[in-house]
Amino acid sequence: MQTNLLHNPDLTASVIFGLGWVYLLLFVMNSWWVRRSMAMDGDFRLRLGGLLGKGIDIPVAAFWAVYAAMLFVVAVTHLTRLNSPQVFLLKMPEILKAPINAGSNPVAFFVGSTTIYVAMIVFRKKWTTDTAGWILLNLSMLFMTLSVTDYDFRQIVGKPDNVPIVAMLYIVGFFTWLYFKKSVDNDQRKAEGRPLFEQENNEKVLTWPDLVYTELICMVVVTAILVAWGIVLQAPLEEPASAAKTPNPSKAPWYFLGLQEMLVYFDPWMAGVVLPSVILVGLMAIPYIDFNKLGNGYYTFNERKFAVSTFLFGFLPLWVAMIVLGTFLRGPNWNFFSPYEYWDVHKLEFLNNVNLSEWFWLSVCGQQLPVAPAGSSLNYQISMILLREWLGLVAVAAYLFALPPLMAATVFRKFFTKMGFLRYMVLANLMLFMMSLPIKMVLRWAINLKYIVAIPEWFFNI
Amino acid sequence: MSVGDYIRGSQIWKSIFRHPAPVDRRNRIVVMLTNFFLHLHPVSIKQQGIALSYTWCMGGITFFLFLVETITGVLLMFYYRPTLEFAFNDILALRDVTTLGIMREIHRWSAHAMVITVWLHMYRVFLTGSYKPPREFNWVIGVLLLVLTLLLSFTGYLLPWDQLAIWAITVGSNMARATPVLGYEGPGAQLLNIGGFDLITNGSDARFLLLGSRFVSEATLNRFYILHCVAIPLVVSLLIAIHFWRVRKDGGISQPL
Repeated sequence: MQTNLLHNPDLTASVIFGLGWVYLLLFVMNSWWVRRSMAMDGDFRLRLGGLLGKGIDIPVAAFWAVYAAMLFVVAVTHLTRLNSPQVFLLKMPEILKAPINAGSNPVAFFVGSTTIYVAMIVFRKKWTTDTAGWILLNLSMLFMTLSVTDYDFRQIVGKPDNVPIVAMLYIVGFFTWLYFKKSVDNDQRKAEGRPLFEQENNEKVLTWPDLVYTELICMVVVTAILVAWGIVLQAPLEEPASAAKTPNPSKAPWYFLGLQEMLVYFDPWMAGVVLPSVILVGLMAIPYIDFNKLGNGYYTFNERKFAVSTFLFGFLPLWVAMIVLGTFLRGPNWNFFSPYEYWDVHKLEFLNNVNLSEWFWLSVCGQQLPVAPAGSSLNYQISMILLREWLGLVAVAAYLFALPPLMAATVFRKFFTKMGFLRYMVLANLMLFMMSLPIKMVLRWAINLKYIVAIPEWFFNI
Repeated sequence: MSVGDYIRGSQIWKSIFRHPAPVDRRNRIVVMLTNFFLHLHPVSIKQQGIALSYTWCMGGITFFLFLVETITGVLLMFYYRPTLEFAFNDILALRDVTTLGIMREIHRWSAHAMVITVWLHMYRVFLTGSYKPPREFNWVIGVLLLVLTLLLSFTGYLLPWDQLAIWAITVGSNMARATPVLGYEGPGAQLLNIGGFDLITNGSDARFLLLGSRFVSEATLNRFYILHCVAIPLVVSLLIAIHFWRVRKDGGISQPL
């Protein structure tokens, strides 16, 4: 691996130059922010623990000005770089890379993204202020620019087909921020008995010019972005197709990588067919199972806590984050690779996963798996398979058939009475299918469980 | 009389635009009613229905990207031949020698962008509760459009016929092999047999239907090409028309009637 690093330098002249432009962009963005801060943020009292007596008032903008100035110096350093790339200092420090690499694994990734999801909801008032949003944007951009100085990170993130995913992360992040900002505002208005934001200024206006011009400007901007994107980034074209040369890793198109990631935990019939179908049917069912009349035509969180939390959980940690995991962190043989790790084809991961039936018969009962002797009747073979897998079959049946009524009597009691039997059952089953992925993940990580029901004879593994 | 006035006063101009320029209130209303393209919109609209911070403009951008895809796609169809002999070389030529070969870049990046904007459009529609009555069914059509957008992108992925293309399609279509009952490695497929003779084999299952062969081959290329350029766009166009019509009939993009 050391030799590999020598051949592939972290920094080259062109990378440094490119990053210079990013820092310059950050400088311009933050200069604008300094102006905004001067107008809006007011002062901050500096006391230094009583050293300054009553303290002195410093405008908050001063801190941003110092930060912007630093960015400018950094940008100039990049753009006018005089020494060789090998000794250039401004790169992701190894002290940060090492713990990030060491701490990265699928468990940490999923726990992390779920934690962020929970924190996003709990602290929605805190992180949706303008300043908090700006700080988050700056931090994420600094993280990206610094990370690009790592050779392995750059190889993955810089792939032409992966660039849209990076852009998507920022866009999804921004709109999630915007949603929570507007919801917090509306929920506050509701609590104070003021009209909602969407109810104020909702006069009818003429479509020409108000909408038609917006559309025109939108089209021009989108066209400009597409042309610029097409010039800067060439569409990928690899070697001519060859059925004999299987690339490693072989990946589906990026928008299906969340599904491909599910293959780690489920067999293809579940991950590739049943669960995608359930996702689509579930999406279509949303208007028919959401009986809540509130929150139609305005942003709110408090009035639709269950609906929004469920949707966000499905979209952010289970869809977008899984795509990120599948695209950036899964390398050869679908092994997990940390963000700054070389995609080594020979990396070994020990798989000692066991099926529930193996655990039950071998470990608990201390005997061999029940097997029908060769040549026995079909019925006998079937009954032996069922006997072998009885625990898993009972578990799955209980999950799908016992849990919905149980939930109806307990946590979903209110839903059940309001929704009626059929709509409630659809909701309960959709929830169970959605939760089957995290449940299967946790079982895999906690007790190395491979299949709850393992009947490879019938291609029936759950 | 200026040239502009002369043109605007001519019979030809007046036969196309049957009213004066939309500079006053009356003509701004008339233009929405008499122009084919503009009549998709209502004459007047609630401010929140067009506020960018509310709508995010994602549905509109998605539609625009669909138009971009159609235009660049038609241009690419003039050049590209979907056969094993020519497919890869035509794309190579588009990259290296063809005038306006950038159409392929724009086509591909718009495709990626369209997938993202569809998601964001659905995100916005969900978060504003715009699928609630009376718009339930339009959400369903929207989900169908999401599926078709993904299928359009997926079928287009194969056409360059490079390593990226065939292996992405191989990985993606391998899933169909495991379709319950209808895939030859899916649970229940063994049930479909007559006198020990399997009906579902790798030459007759769901994956074979998708690929037109047992593995990604020239038959697949032809099949995906037709799906990508003709079949799916036709269905998408119809559903878009219904989607827009329903937005109007359901009383705008959101809020109760």
